[in-house]
Amino acid sequence: MTRLALHDLTLAYPNAAIPALDRLSLTVAPGTITALLGPSGCGKTTAMKLIAGLLSPQSGDISLDGQSILALPPERRGAVMVFQNHLLFPFMTLAENIGFGLKMRGTPTAEITTRVGQMLDRVRLTGLGARRPADLSGGQQQRAALARALVLRPRVLLLDEPLANLDAHLRGEMRALILSLQRETGITTLFVTHDQEEAVVIADRIALILAGRLAQEGPPATFYTRPATATVARFFGGMNFLPGHASGGQFHSALGPLTLPAEAPDGPGLLTIRPEAVLLAAGPVNSRTARVAAHAFLGTQSRLHLVVGDTPLQALVPPAEAARFPPGTDLAITLPTEALWVLPPDPPAT
Amino acid sequence: MRRSLQLLAGAALIGWLVLPLIPLAVWSFAHGWRFPALLPQALTLDAWRYALSDTAGVTASLVLTTGIALATTALAALIGIPAGRALGLHQFSGKPAVQLFLLAPALVPGIAVVFGLHGIFLTLGLAGTVPGVILAHLIPTLPYMTLVMAGVFANFDPGYEAQARSLGASRVQVFRHITLPAILPGIVTGALFAFLVSWSQYLLTLVIGGGRVQTLPLLLFTFATSGRNDVTGAIALIYILPGLLIVALTARTLTGRSPALAGTLRP
Repeated sequence: MTRLALHDLTLAYPNAAIPALDRLSLTVAPGTITALLGPSGCGKTTAMKLIAGLLSPQSGDISLDGQSILALPPERRGAVMVFQNHLLFPFMTLAENIGFGLKMRGTPTAEITTRVGQMLDRVRLTGLGARRPADLSGGQQQRAALARALVLRPRVLLLDEPLANLDAHLRGEMRALILSLQRETGITTLFVTHDQEEAVVIADRIALILAGRLAQEGPPATFYTRPATATVARFFGGMNFLPGHASGGQFHSALGPLTLPAEAPDGPGLLTIRPEAVLLAAGPVNSRTARVAAHAFLGTQSRLHLVVGDTPLQALVPPAEAARFPPGTDLAITLPTEALWVLPPDPPAT
Repeated sequence: MRRSLQLLAGAALIGWLVLPLIPLAVWSFAHGWRFPALLPQALTLDAWRYALSDTAGVTASLVLTTGIALATTALAALIGIPAGRALGLHQFSGKPAVQLFLLAPALVPGIAVVFGLHGIFLTLGLAGTVPGVILAHLIPTLPYMTLVMAGVFANFDPGYEAQARSLGASRVQVFRHITLPAILPGIVTGALFAFLVSWSQYLLTLVIGGGRVQTLPLLLFTFATSGRNDVTGAIALIYILPGLLIVALTARTLTGRSPALAGTLRP
């Protein structure tokens, strides 16, 4: 098992206003999955290509188990990348595709045949080895691309949006396959996605990249409960932001004093609470009276637009519960202490 | 109805290509064939015997012409493949100008440049030499090779090369196992054009070679103008042989039956 470390990686494309990657530092612990999350064009794929050796950084370092791989050509890095659009070689059979890397290494033919056969079984493509990539379904192509990388037993696996081109019903299947193969092989994995739900489900840790910079890194839950900035909170669906001032364990704002969790810092800031953490009931602390302004049915949940005094607040609740409070109703709500978090004030003009 | 139309079109095409060859073939076996006789007075192998003898110089010329055409084709491929890649895959400033410049030899008549070129080649010591003729043949062949390869690379996804690198292939292996199979049909097509254009080159060879480089078209012209219709017919038939041979050998690749062709298409 291999530890992957990126240190201050920077790459600016010519004629680009901002660098594609700006001093990105990140460590992926041996045998874990980290998701590189961010909107399209944020530099995630650039980071992958740098690790794979398909691009060279202007500065910074990449190391596996403490040893820099920056000077090595792509074929000797032990970091294998699986591209978003599978890129199976169209003029080779499926078996030839999966055996390609082994053949390039000079592995004996008999061993290639055995390992390719095992890999085909493992990704449920048994018996399809003689097919051409064009004769496979989208899901099969994506599984084949994964098999082609895994058969090499790489030290680091780099997956670029492996679920992006799949239909919704295949996505869950592929996600489960990636997880089980990763747990089985213990290959340190970096996974690029723009879908925060996908990142949360698959990854041990998430690295959120915004405009080429690491915005926050940590276990998925922290992005919901302890976001670093309002931008991070918004990316993960945060909707409630209330300017004010924290002092002595209390947050002073338009809602009056609210009790904060013990670890919240003092000073000016933005109070945030996840919409799904707002309780539609009275509680011992942080209770307020709110009026329902509007409903929005979202399928599995309903969004309640509440107003406390003049302050808007959004809550996500099961549709049946929302139905109990038609627009215009007054109700008691509670903002649980542990669900509150204070963010640094928004930087101007962003 | 459809079927008979196809047959008619096929027959017309074959007639168009084959009919002009029939008098040549008859001439090459004719012993005296004067107007208004419909057929030669007698048949003989004299013309063929002469054409294949050492005195006619056809055999030596055949070897020379083949050598020049092969060398021209190889050089055109060596330059045209990377140039076509640059044109097909990359955007750069001045690209339309480069394309026009590459196409220019196909647009500008050779006779307009060949005398100026001869002057330059004289000072370089290339006039009257085989290397000089090969270099001159690059002028009309390179546009075909480059433009064919630009078209091939425009449909080639370099992501395949990146993927192969990441899977452990060296640069050389990537070219050998990924790029080459994908672009091979294009290379065959381009090489075919280059070979035949070089093979049939008359004016450039005549002026740059200065009569010292006797390729088959030059020899053919000599016999044709000297009134030896029988020998001309025999040499002409020898002259069209490589074209037929090449097409027969590469028809499979050109008609798209080769699996390699699939490799040039983006997913």
